[in-house]
Amino acid sequence: MPALPLDEAGKYVAGAYVVFIALVGIYVAIMAAKLARIERELGELNELVDRRVAASPRSGASHE
Amino acid sequence: MYGKGLRTLSLASSLLLTAAFGLVFFYAPNDADQGFVQKIFYLHVPMAIVALGGFVAGGVMAIAHLRTRDRRWDMRSYVAIHLSLVLAVGVLVTGSIWARAAWGHWWVWNEPMLVSFLIIFLLYACYQPLRFSIEDPERQARYASVFAVIAGAFVPLNFLAVRLAQAYTHPRVLGTTGGNMPGSMRLTGLVALIGMVALFVTLWKYEMTSKHAGQQLGALRRKLAGDEEILPAGPSATPTATLPARPEA
Repeated sequence: MPALPLDEAGKYVAGAYVVFIALVGIYVAIMAAKLARIERELGELNELVDRRVAASPRSGASHE
Repeated sequence: MYGKGLRTLSLASSLLLTAAFGLVFFYAPNDADQGFVQKIFYLHVPMAIVALGGFVAGGVMAIAHLRTRDRRWDMRSYVAIHLSLVLAVGVLVTGSIWARAAWGHWWVWNEPMLVSFLIIFLLYACYQPLRFSIEDPERQARYASVFAVIAGAFVPLNFLAVRLAQAYTHPRVLGTTGGNMPGSMRLTGLVALIGMVALFVTLWKYEMTSKHAGQQLGALRRKLAGDEEILPAGPSATPTATLPARPEA
């Protein structure tokens, strides 16, 4: 096949690069969501430890 | 542990890929035969090389797991294969886009390189269902490692078989003659390949950091559960199949 003219080929090239950027973007977004979940759970555990320390200062001191 | 040097690596990957894309569109000349469409190769080929390399690396890490029984190697292998699968999707899609522009078809079934890559992709697409169909973490890691080693050995064999095939129409970008590429194209391709490798390593480290943090969180939750029964049960509270039997150092 002869080479496509620039205006015709441009959309294919743009499409390929958009696919790559979208793939990396989706991957990073999923990673960000996972990290946000870990952060939230860490906060929950922190709160739990704080509550236990407040409820029983002597036993809570061992966690510090 | 895995987060060390992540910022530098992320910056290096971004810079390398930006430089590569800059070279693709402002430095490398249009191909005399294919014209502007050939610019897809600077993305498609490095992605394919890195995806296949990632599959092989996953196999090597799986060997390390089988030899040492250290579950961290299984985790590394899993992440490398998972990431390679994502890149393989990109390879198939960008390859199809190029095929449509260059050959007039989205897919050509009698083209060995395309079909062999699809076979490798489908082979590795079985990796995760196999892995997560086994509940026992020890068995899961062992079976997944065996799969990764066998499939990892299949990748270069498959590549060689295609190279030796007579009737192919897929362009040979890399060969003993260097594909007769001018220096500007070769440099652009090389920078794109280094950028893609850097991106792979960066994303691999990101995922490993995330998994390691999740494991540590699970270990902390279990420690606290030893003291108190009622704990908030988040998704990472239950040790998943990818968690090691013991907390990592």
